[in-house]
Amino acid sequence: MADFFFHTTLGQLLLIVLESLAVLVPLLLGVAYLTLAERKVMAAMQLRKGPNVNGPFGVLQAFADAIKMLTKETVIPSGANRMLFLFAPFLTFSLAMIAWAVIPTGNGLAIANINVGILYLLAISSLGVYGMLIAGWASNSKYAFLGGLRSAAQMVSYEVSIGLVIVSVLLAVGSLNLNDIVLAQRHVWFCLPMFPMFIVFFISALAETNRAPFDLPEGESELVAGFFVEYSALAFGLFFLGEYANMFLMSGMVSILFLGGWLPPLAIAPFTWIPGPLWLIAKILFCLFVFIWVRATFPRYRYDQLMRLGWKVFLPFSLAWMVLTAGFLMVTGLLPGGAG
Amino acid sequence: MMTQIVFYVFAAVLLLSATMVVSARNPVHSVLFLILAFFNAAGLFLIAGAEFLAMTLVIVYVGAVAVLFLFVVMMLDVNFTQMREGVQRYAPIGGVVGGVLLVELLMAFMHWRSASNIGQIAHLVPSSPERTNTAALGDVIYTHYIFLFQACALVLLVAMIGAIVLTLRERPTGRRQNIDRQHDRTVADSLEMLQVPLGAGVDAQGGFLRPRESYDIAAVPGTYGTEAWRVAEAKDATGTALVIATPAHGTKGEGDE
Repeated sequence: MADFFFHTTLGQLLLIVLESLAVLVPLLLGVAYLTLAERKVMAAMQLRKGPNVNGPFGVLQAFADAIKMLTKETVIPSGANRMLFLFAPFLTFSLAMIAWAVIPTGNGLAIANINVGILYLLAISSLGVYGMLIAGWASNSKYAFLGGLRSAAQMVSYEVSIGLVIVSVLLAVGSLNLNDIVLAQRHVWFCLPMFPMFIVFFISALAETNRAPFDLPEGESELVAGFFVEYSALAFGLFFLGEYANMFLMSGMVSILFLGGWLPPLAIAPFTWIPGPLWLIAKILFCLFVFIWVRATFPRYRYDQLMRLGWKVFLPFSLAWMVLTAGFLMVTGLLPGGAG
Repeated sequence: MMTQIVFYVFAAVLLLSATMVVSARNPVHSVLFLILAFFNAAGLFLIAGAEFLAMTLVIVYVGAVAVLFLFVVMMLDVNFTQMREGVQRYAPIGGVVGGVLLVELLMAFMHWRSASNIGQIAHLVPSSPERTNTAALGDVIYTHYIFLFQACALVLLVAMIGAIVLTLRERPTGRRQNIDRQHDRTVADSLEMLQVPLGAGVDAQGGFLRPRESYDIAAVPGTYGTEAWRVAEAKDATGTALVIATPAHGTKGEGDE
């Protein structure tokens, strides 16, 4: 059996499919329940009950929503670019899925443990903007178009600070491999020595996923629903799932870069009994809770405030921090990789 | 075998999409085909083992440059029939330019030589199996050619500053906010609660509708509340926008510029 999986081409292909399913099925279930969790958590914060009709505590609400979404009619506006209109939601959704190929859930436990893992994640997350931009343009509607343009400007702006934060972390690790990044946090998680960068990264992650308080691309108070205003049924569902899967992805990135990935907080007895993947899941869920908490707490930013924060606050700050990190590591001789 | 098939798939799609970039009628489709071409080039880099270049190509060209291309092209108001009008007239000029380029490329290919000192710098890139090509590139660029690399960066910086200088314009009608001054405002600075008798209105209390120039406390000086701004604003003014009751002599914004 092991021979078949590890030594034949067919077996290896089958193994990759099985590995992918092992990641994607829990992810999609998680996405379905994140939509429910968001409504429940926000309801609790606003002293409401939230969905409580379908099943005990409303746990079947996610499936009710899914069935509703699947059985509705897909409306394609006249004058829309049919091909691109339908392509955009699939792009958004599949980009949110393929990024998980490199996320390590344990030591060496990734579908693809590649040397440039963090660059792959950065590349995939920077592609997310195309789904929105294409959707906005192909809808042939001014609200959708404005939403698409907003999302393009917003995501390109915040990618800059995300990139600089990642560089600071990489300076301390000395490798682009996600596995090495987690292993470098054996003694102390990066969220402690790099606490300001942790905050900058988290806020940029909010902007990158178009979550409140940066949800201007959909800003319903001025753009109705922004770039997906013309979408319905399954196509809308894919956008919706893509957004929540992106939240999972960004939470995964925060966990791996700053919260020690699959590592327990302290390498002592009661913590080490819990397997690594569970630690990673717990950290991701914590980040997701903060995403929802932020949404229930803060009002939406104005667009000029958003741009000011990205370009005039985060960019200089993360650049200064990067120089500081490099200088500190150089002076103390802690720079990984040596001068070779 | 497998690698060869993958190579030919990537190469074929790359050439096909590159052709579509110039032949697609809709400019937005052209940009999207360009992005597809970038992707396939990244795939070719991956096959060649240059994983860092592949990822950088996707991050820089697809993730940033092409987004801005698409951004601009989508906002163009293009009339497709009008665009094709002059094809007959401009085709010869285009043909000549293309022909010159083709001949020059052919000449370059026929006299292709590697630099004579290539052997002297090969040792800079030690090819041990555990050395990633990210580290090798970093060594060459940041250790051995740091000054040339920085010079390139300076050229780009000059171009960037030039672009900003050329396009930045101060509009008198712009409404910009000075965040620090906005944060410095307190409730006492900006409004006062009045006990207004029923039916009497704020006038009876000595209050008044707050004039516009006194709530520009948080505006950047010179942008909001200036004479030019007021002239532009007067054209579509239909009355006072914000109504806050304050005492008659309460010109709170007076000390501010």
